Amino acid sequence: MIRLENVTKRFPGGQEALKCLTLAVDRGEMVFVTGHSGAGKSTLLRLIALIDRPTDGQVIVDGQNTRRVSRRKIPAYRRQIGMVFQDHKLLYDRSVFDNVGLPLVIAGVGHRDAARKVRAALDQVGLLHKEKRNPETLSTGEQQRVGIARAIVSRPKLLIADEPTGNLDPDLSLEVMRIFRRFNEVGVTLLIASHDIALIDQLGCRRIPLENGSVAVHEEEDFVSEYAERLGVVAEPEQWR
Amino acid sequence: MALKKTSDAFVPARRAGPVRTWALQHIGTSAGALGRLARQPFASLMTVLVIAVTLALPAAMHLIIKNVQSISGSWENALDFSVYLKSGTSVEDAHRLADLIRQRADVRAVNLIPADQALEEFKSESGFGAALDHLSVNPLPHTLVVRPASGNTEQSMTLMHEELGNLPETDFVQADTEWVQRFHAILDILQRAIAIGAALLGAAIVVIIGNTIRLDIQNRREEIEVTKLIGASNGFVRRPFLWSGLWYGLGGGLLALALVGYGLVALREPAGRLAGLYNSPFRILSLDLNESLLIIGTGVSLGLAGSWLAAARHMRRIEPR
Repeated sequence: MIRLENVTKRFPGGQEALKCLTLAVDRGEMVFVTGHSGAGKSTLLRLIALIDRPTDGQVIVDGQNTRRVSRRKIPAYRRQIGMVFQDHKLLYDRSVFDNVGLPLVIAGVGHRDAARKVRAALDQVGLLHKEKRNPETLSTGEQQRVGIARAIVSRPKLLIADEPTGNLDPDLSLEVMRIFRRFNEVGVTLLIASHDIALIDQLGCRRIPLENGSVAVHEEEDFVSEYAERLGVVAEPEQWR
Repeated sequence: MALKKTSDAFVPARRAGPVRTWALQHIGTSAGALGRLARQPFASLMTVLVIAVTLALPAAMHLIIKNVQSISGSWENALDFSVYLKSGTSVEDAHRLADLIRQRADVRAVNLIPADQALEEFKSESGFGAALDHLSVNPLPHTLVVRPASGNTEQSMTLMHEELGNLPETDFVQADTEWVQRFHAILDILQRAIAIGAALLGAAIVVIIGNTIRLDIQNRREEIEVTKLIGASNGFVRRPFLWSGLWYGLGGGLLALALVGYGLVALREPAGRLAGLYNSPFRILSLDLNESLLIIGTGVSLGLAGSWLAAARHMRRIEPR
């Protein structure tokens, strides 16, 4: 679903956010990108969302090389991807319903059809009863769930999330991850940037650790062994199902 | 029928046609833009008022010229003809001719100025008195001053001019229209000046709306970023701003009409009284349908132009970060 080949991203100042990064995410996978702030997690997601373009290398998303997506085609490209942000990026001048429905309005989906899809998305994040509220009146966790509903309302095959639990307390983070997990179970590919290693370990998903713009090899090896070990010893906790 | 069945099978039932979708999106966006203006009634009203005044100004000037033209146009048809008779025509013949012309239905009055009288007047008024005494013969002809009746049209005046010229005794007919022509030339210049002024004011409207929309874009920068982030095209983001510009222009145009209309109502009564004093059937001309539509259309297109310029300039620069 996502393939990065020798991707380098150099900023005008000269610092390299990504250095010759190569990685792949298979269709239907749920993968976490981890690392300290400044490791290149956000840059990676920005390249996938075409907010930035790589200085060098190829980014291939769902068979499309992002290099070949022209400026004019970027909107159509972005509509195929669901995006969740740490700061939700909701619009506070309209209701929860309108926020979630925005991608459908942009895509030109008919009114009745859109309403049905918005309610379905809100139902999936458990906020159906708050569709008429202004997002400002919701808690941070609820706002994040509205953001997630907006990301999945047009049923994208790929969902990327940048620190979706960054502002949430452990319980709410768990809640959000559980929602992501449910999407993954119906076939959505997820790439999530997070530094909350404890939470990720609980989930038992693949982890791509970044360090200074490259995959931290040793840590990944450690992780893989640890992961295998854990798979053998403990069954997946019931609460994740 | 068979063909229709196949195509039905391939088209998902719920999907709206692209034109319908486009129209529905525009209806939604236009209503949204109008609602946004309505939520800030004072600021919106100010903008609309500025546009209205800017549109009403040249419209009012145009109306003034139009009315003056209509008044002076009737003057041209009520001007005297000076009919100079051939030298050698006797005073008696001149009198007979005057009586003859006086019988015409399209003539109100005829005044004969005999050559002698003309010379006397010339002597006393020109200041050449002494010099003229040395003339052996009177060089001036008899003159008939013909005042047409009030019901004459341009055509009947031309005809009368020709007929008076064709009389056997006539040497030359002069219509005293020169000053009216000069007056009309001045009106033409004024009209041109108003057109130039209107163009400048039009540019001002574009700038006013452009600036208003620019501020609006800046205020909604975050919203634009977010919508672009989730896949909105430049066209989609631009749409509400174009509609705002259109609404401003339309509002301005309508209000301009109202302002001009109010001015006309206020002037109608005193103008009627003045016309009554002159025994004139004059009534103030107001804007006709085409002119009214032109004002509204100008407002709308300038509004669109202003918002388009602002959106094209500022929208591109707002990209998600």
